[in-house]
Amino acid sequence: MQALVIVAHGSHLNPASSTPTYAHADTIRESGAFDEVREAFWKEEPSFRDALRTVESEEVFVVPLFISEGYFTEEVIPRELRLDEWDPDLWESDGTSASQATLYAEDVDKTIHYCGPVGTHDAMSDVIVKRAESVTEDPDVGEGFGLSVVGHGTERNENSAKAIEYHADRIRDMGRFDEVKALYMDEEPEVDDVTDYFESEDVVVVPLFVADGYHTQEDIPEDMGLTDDYRTGWDTPAAVDGHRIWYAGAVGTEDFMADVILERAAEAGADIRDALEKVREATGGVPASGD
Amino acid sequence: MPATDADLAPDQFEDLVDAVTGGPVEFDGLVVQYEDDGYVFEVPDLHREHLSVEELERVAAANAEWVSNWHFWNVVVGGEGTARRAFLRWLEAADEHSVRGRYDAMADGGIHHEWGELLVTVELGEVGYRRYELRHVDDADAGRGTLTAHTEPRNLRDLSKYDDSGRYRPLKTAPSLVDGWVLSDLTSGELKEALGFVYPATVENWHREQEGTLDVTHWRETAERQTGIYGVVEELPREAVEWVTEAACVDSQCLKRREWQYDEDDHLETPGGDGPFPCREPCSLVVAAARKWTKLEEEDEHTYEFDLTPSEKEQLEAIVDAVADGRTEGIREADVYEGANRYRARYLRAKRFDDDGNLCGVPTEE
Ligand code: SF4
Repeated sequence: MQALVIVAHGSHLNPASSTPTYAHADTIRESGAFDEVREAFWKEEPSFRDALRTVESEEVFVVPLFISEGYFTEEVIPRELRLDEWDPDLWESDGTSASQATLYAEDVDKTIHYCGPVGTHDAMSDVIVKRAESVTEDPDVGEGFGLSVVGHGTERNENSAKAIEYHADRIRDMGRFDEVKALYMDEEPEVDDVTDYFESEDVVVVPLFVADGYHTQEDIPEDMGLTDDYRTGWDTPAAVDGHRIWYAGAVGTEDFMADVILERAAEAGADIRDALEKVREATGGVPASGD
Repeated sequence: MPATDADLAPDQFEDLVDAVTGGPVEFDGLVVQYEDDGYVFEVPDLHREHLSVEELERVAAANAEWVSNWHFWNVVVGGEGTARRAFLRWLEAADEHSVRGRYDAMADGGIHHEWGELLVTVELGEVGYRRYELRHVDDADAGRGTLTAHTEPRNLRDLSKYDDSGRYRPLKTAPSLVDGWVLSDLTSGELKEALGFVYPATVENWHREQEGTLDVTHWRETAERQTGIYGVVEELPREAVEWVTEAACVDSQCLKRREWQYDEDDHLETPGGDGPFPCREPCSLVVAAARKWTKLEEEDEHTYEFDLTPSEKEQLEAIVDAVADGRTEGIREADVYEGANRYRARYLRAKRFDDDGNLCGVPTEE
């Protein structure tokens, strides 16, 4: 038997934080790819500490629903899952290339395939583009448009910016958008000045966050000047300094993310048979361009 | 017992014959095996031997509950040694009562257990399959038709996310589960899934406790493990940990039975609670709150002087009590006899607070 455990941050305050995790888990459950699918959270239950004992399978694929490699994926999650032999070097990653490490969890006597975060998977570039398509309601969006990928910035984790840049570079290389730029909340170039960084009149802004919450629904819209008060909402597109800003919600809420989670597990050796196809049908997905 | 409950489906008998081919079947009082000259079939008060397969089928059909019981536990449930199996066995007290006694009880209104605020009922379905029902304990006596029916375990995940007044429940085992719903006709797998959504990992940790393998992590070890912004909780004084458990872990706030202590040999005085499932280490909510308390406990005490009437002092105490016990919503609009009544509080504020919100005009010293 094999199980999939999706580990995510969760929240004590924001009920919407876990929503994408459950939604993607449901999609994968329905595909029948795994004997068991379970969600676990840093701030909700089951906790990371109790997560592995909630599945019966002896082989467990753990996929972090996190954006970047760093504090959570390299330190907190392995520690809380009690993966005693864990060492970040096992991922042999340059900051965005972690795939998986096979470990043993003693408290539950199981083999654990600890995967890299979904956020750095190549297929995430496609999810970001998909987000741009949904917010503009244009499946061919690109020409005449700028695209900004927005992230936290380095705050306690230098790889956070690496992940944002990685996808911005990849999307730029697709040659689909006139301009592509990585912007940050807490460092230069800042998302506050989004219009300074683009010549295109139309700019799609996609926050590389797992769930919608304070940052994506309050901070960023106000910082960019889409609205003075997030509670009153904003227009899509919104006129800011002679530009039209198309602001998409958190990338993690895109249905497509279920594909990325499955890809991570498959690359770690999960036998998912024809489930990937089923999930792609359910999420309206396209095969990942990256591999 | 209704005839259908006692029936045996052909595939159940085939499964039994298959199993016996691999060796003797011995389960819950049923013994079936093959000896040189035929099958042996045994249940309490009955021993038959030298049976042909046709004879075995007739005897099995006449004693269907023993065979369907074997089938349910070994073909449907399986999972020898798992928490799931142990929990399902416990639900029908399978290790204490005979098959016949259990079948009678399950057919006659079902067997009930409380699991936190959930009432779990196991009933007898067709050909010995069990059917499970979940509802709120407060709805124990409600007719099924008066409750909102749900069919998917997943529905419970959404239902348990908010309390009665629509507020998010960050602690799944807080005693604030909404009532008024029912999930019936669940298979054993669906029951386990539903419990996993409402009270995650409780069945697994209960099972470990039953087996004597519950891995409790006490406060000290938990605090020392923390890093990042939670690293400070290690400095929370011993006596404050006592107050933390009184604030968050008692039964009125959390239905898990706290098994963790300050340290292995240094027990806390706060009662751990009486619930069926254990709490094996401080949860993330408690650690996050402890971080705030650690910072607050770093402040020095000051002596302030306030002039209050005796009733005003008591009123402040009444307000703290009402907030701490979550009673403010229940205080009636015009009940000015309650210190925590809104008009009473507004009056006190108008009288005793200055424009900066300082009690009796006394500034807060840093
Ligand atoms: S630490 Fe306290 S509040 Fe948290 S789950 Fe355990 S008993 Fe409940």
